[in-house]
Formats: sequence, C-alpha cells, structure tokens
Amino acid sequence: MKLIAKPSKENIKTYVPTGLFLVFLSFFDVFANAFFNFNLMAFLPSQLSYFLPLLLGFVGFYLIRIEFSGVHSLDILNKNINSNNFNAFLTLLTVFIIIKSIPPLLNWFVLEANFVGDSKDDCTGKGACWVFIKVWFNRFMYGLYPDGEQWRINTAFLILFAVVGISFFVKQKIKKYFILFLIFVYPFLGIELISGGNFGLKYVETAAWGGLSLTFIISAFAILFCFPIGVFLALGRRSSLPAIRYISIGFIELWRGVPLITVLFMSAVMFPMFLPDGTFIDKLIRVLIAITLFEAAYMAEVVRGGLQALPKGQYEAARSLGMGYWKMNLLIILPQALKLVIPGIANTLLALVKDTPLIFVVGLMELAGMIGLAKTNPKWLGMAMEGYVFAGLVFWIICYAMSRYSQNLEKKLSTER
Amino acid sequence: MGKIIELKKVNKWFDKFQVLKDIDLDVAPQEKIVICGPSGSGKSTLIRCINRLEEHQKGNITVDGTELSESTKNIEKIRAEVGMVFQQFNLFPHLSILDNCTLAPIWVKKLPKKEAEEVAMKNLTRVQIDDQALKFPGQLSGGQQQRAAIARALCMEPKIMLFDEPTSALDPEMIKEVLDVMVDLAKGGMTMIVVTHEMGFAKEVADYMIFMDEGKIVERAKTKDFFENPKNERTKLFLSQIL
Repeated sequence: MKLIAKPSKENIKTYVPTGLFLVFLSFFDVFANAFFNFNLMAFLPSQLSYFLPLLLGFVGFYLIRIEFSGVHSLDILNKNINSNNFNAFLTLLTVFIIIKSIPPLLNWFVLEANFVGDSKDDCTGKGACWVFIKVWFNRFMYGLYPDGEQWRINTAFLILFAVVGISFFVKQKIKKYFILFLIFVYPFLGIELISGGNFGLKYVETAAWGGLSLTFIISAFAILFCFPIGVFLALGRRSSLPAIRYISIGFIELWRGVPLITVLFMSAVMFPMFLPDGTFIDKLIRVLIAITLFEAAYMAEVVRGGLQALPKGQYEAARSLGMGYWKMNLLIILPQALKLVIPGIANTLLALVKDTPLIFVVGLMELAGMIGLAKTNPKWLGMAMEGYVFAGLVFWIICYAMSRYSQNLEKKLSTER
Repeated sequence: MGKIIELKKVNKWFDKFQVLKDIDLDVAPQEKIVICGPSGSGKSTLIRCINRLEEHQKGNITVDGTELSESTKNIEKIRAEVGMVFQQFNLFPHLSILDNCTLAPIWVKKLPKKEAEEVAMKNLTRVQIDDQALKFPGQLSGGQQQRAAIARALCMEPKIMLFDEPTSALDPEMIKEVLDVMVDLAKGGMTMIVVTHEMGFAKEVADYMIFMDEGKIVERAKTKDFFENPKNERTKLFLSQIL
C-alpha cells in the first residue's frame, strides 16, 4: 500500500495547493535568506536548514506534477520545467543559485560601489571603485593619443558609422558604391586622419595609439584583409595544381601551428633584423600583417569546410554550363560555401577581436593593455578587478553585436528552407 | 551528313578498373540516341566524357569539329555548346529559377541581362514552369526542378543535349512531365544522347539504341530492330528483364 496516492486528476484539489505552497515556501526561504539575511528555518540544525528549501521544493514539484490536468498553465509549467524528478531538481537548483548570487553581485556592482570622486581615496565602500574607470576613461578609449587631437579619431569613427548606417537604408544599386567606398577608400582615409602628417594635421606616431580605438582599428583591418586571403588559401588548398596546393597547405599549417603571441613577438623583434639597414616598417603595420596572416590561416580552414560540404553536382553543373574555374567559384561555389560557414566565420572573427589584447607583447596597448597599465599606476593599485570587469563588458558588447549580426545574415541569406 | 560527335577507340580507367573499352560512336546532327545497359556498364561515364566532366585516357573524342584535349579553352567552348541534364538536377540552390537560367548566358556567353532574361523566360515557358521563375529551387517539386534544369541547359542554346538518367531520381507521377518535355525537345530537332531506362520514351524518339555492358558497346541498332530482334544474347537477356 502506498503512503500517498500518485498525483492525478482526482486529488488535484488538494495536491496542487499543497504543492504550490511548498514550492512557494522554499523560494521564499531562499529569497529571504539571500536578500534580508533572514532565516525562516533557523530553528533547525544549520545544514538541514540550508538544504531544506531544496527538499520542500522537490516535494512540492512532485505534488503538482499531474499529467493532462486540464489546467493550461499548470500543464505548460510541468512540461517545461517539471517533466520529471531530475528536471524538477535542476529547476530548483538553477533558481536558487540565481537568487543567491544576485545580492552579492548587486552589492559589488551598484549598491556598495563608488561612483563619485577623482582619486582612489574617494572609494570608501566595499564594492567596486568605478571612479577608477571614470578617471581613466579617456585613456581607455584613446590610449596615449594627445587630448587635443582626439577629435580626429572621433571623426574617423563617426564617418564609418555614418556610412555604414546610411548604407542600410539606401537602395541595392547605390549600396554597392558604399561597400566599395568602405573597402577601398575608407581604410586609407581613416588611417590618414588618425595618423596625420599631411593636410596640416599633426603627425601622431602609432606608439601613442591605444585603447578601445586601437582595438577597433586592428580588428577592422585584420577582418578586412584576412577574409579574402583566407578564401584564396582555401581555394588554393583544393587546387589541382600541386605547386599552389602545397604552398597553401604549407602556409596554413605553419601559421596555425604557432601561438599568436610568438608570431607577434617575431614580427616586432625578429623581423626588423632581416630588413636591410635604413628600411623601417611601422610596428603597428607589422603587427597588423602578422595578425591578418595568422587569422587568414584559420579562416582558410573554415572556408574549406564549406567548400567540402557542397555536393559534387554543383561543380559539375557549373562546369557543364561552360564556366571556367573563377566563374564557377565566384558565382556558384563560394556564395553557397560561405553561407554555410557563417557561424564558423563569425567564430573566427570573434576570436580575432578577443586576440587583440595580445599585442601588449610588442608594447602596443589597446583597451585591455591600457587597463593593465593603469592598474600598475602607484596611485591606483588594486584596481585590477574593476578594470578587467570593464574590459570584459566592453568586449562582450562588441562580440555579442557581431554574433547577432552573423545570425541575422544567416537568416537573411537562407533560401533553402 | 557530317558527324557532330565522333568517338574513336576511347578508353578510360578509374585507377586500375577499366570503365570504357574501345568505344566507337558517331552521332549525326539532329540524331537522338538512347543508351541503356545494366548499372556499372559505363553509360554515364561515356556521356560525361563527351563534355569532359570525365577525362578519357586513350582515343579521340571530337565534338562539333573540336578535339577534346588538355587545353582548357577548348573544353569551355565545347561545354558551352553541349547542354547537360543530371540525375540529381543540380540546380543552384542560392539562386532563383530565373537566375539559374540567366547566370551562364550572362557570364559565359556575355549576353546582356535583358536579353538573357527573355531567352530564359522563353525556355521556362517551353518547359511550362514560367510561373515559377522567381521561386528558389528548394520550393519546387522534383519534376519541376528537373524541367528547370532542362531550361537552364537550353538557355545556352546548345547544339547537343546530354541526359544522364534524368528521371531516375523522380517520383513515378513526375516522370511523365519530364519525358514530355524531352519528347518535345526531340521533335524540335535537338541532337540528344540520353542515358535512361525509360524504354517507352526510347521507342518514341530514339533513332538508334545503344546497349552497353562492362564498358563495351555490345549492340548498336536502329530502334525498331533493337527491340524487335536484338542480335546479342546479352541484349536479349537485358530486354527480357526490363520490358
């Protein structure tokens, strides 16, 4: 004989209220505990009182798990978060962890944090010292770029955003001119503006560039160039001409096999030794080339995956219509292959953006590098946490935006389904 | 009458396995030839050699006076003149049906876009799917896709059409609509080489039947003779099995 009857439609009137009450009690206990430091079940031994909410919630969830109860919201609840004992347990655990972790996070980020002031001494609370970010904000954005010249960086990025923004609204026919401008004209215009030296603009050496703007500059250039190079390498690796194939394989395997940090180091320190005396290539350009080639090798393998996923029939159909190698690849193969590997491409480009902090090895400091510098300032010691949380947030925003864009692109280009 | 396709002692190997053995074949303009035979007999390989989707290793293939050789220019010229229809349709899934049809005329034959679209619509009307022109291949039924593939090949205004088992991947009720288009094409005077198991179609349009087995042409005969009194024992056996 069973002690309690299995929850079913007959006993719904008693089981559901009891069950819901138990679940509510368990949530309330954890909530009160976390937010108000008030222990509802303090009369119990401490370990038991810690785990009791889990037990209560578990029993409660068991009681309300009635199949085809006829009550719509109850059925939805059961189906989604309470389909069996294990799922009920996971639900409780997840909710409890979230509730428990909100107060300390809230305290650190906002409630006990300091926002006003202009030195470390103004940070009296136990929470984060956002004063640090506020005081250094300009440096985090522009690096050591002279204050008076920062409008040039702003203008360069404003032009970029304006052109990109407008291009979303213009007709397809005019859009291609915008894209051509962005690829072939803008990079030189932007660099001219930021670097200066002509048209009465003061020259600012690249060693002074830094902060988030440098992150953007490096990411944008590397993305712009690594993509076509990667596509060519992928095609080269599948070429029927042995010379091209082996050169591509060699290139890809060489760059893929070396850590980025060594590549950067070599580009900055060893590469100049091979140059003839008197020639000088800017450190930033060398670093850019290194990152571009490094990521191109990864890009090539991603694109190759797409090329291999296409059925042989597509190649044959294109060839049977009289298309040569380039027409076949540009019109038929690549549009399909690239569409297939958008998630992989996005992955590689996200990794590229997040790899930019590594340029600290050659003395260039983008956002994370500037934070690293600021936290070693004697007046601001012990601010690593605030700095890196800030850097993490900024990188997350950039990467999440890229990720969303890639998802939209995927949806927009899908024709099969 | 001159020959538009001439194969002389063509041999082909896949590694050590010989798929084509001393194939001799002539096709005159406007002739319709149906090739049949058991699977693995080299039928598909044979017609794929004619537009060099496969390379032959020995012998000569001449198409419309041009010898097929290593030179890529020759090959692309031949392919533009030889239309091919595949078992799996092989439409380009990222392009609409209309774009499927205009792509090669625009980029290979350098036709102006407007003219290419007119040609495409004419051919799509001919295969009776002009109302589907703006859809994507994935939205069409198998029979419609195969007719679109035929229209795509026709848009290059080929002198020769090759069909590689065009109805083998179709549901039974869609076979007829594709065969109807092919019969119509045959009556229009197109030179056609068709690999198929549809013997009804063969009887209706073929001038010659070719029976292949183990990489060799076993029997070549006028269609009527082929079905009424096949000479070779292997042919008789094959026909008895499929008719």
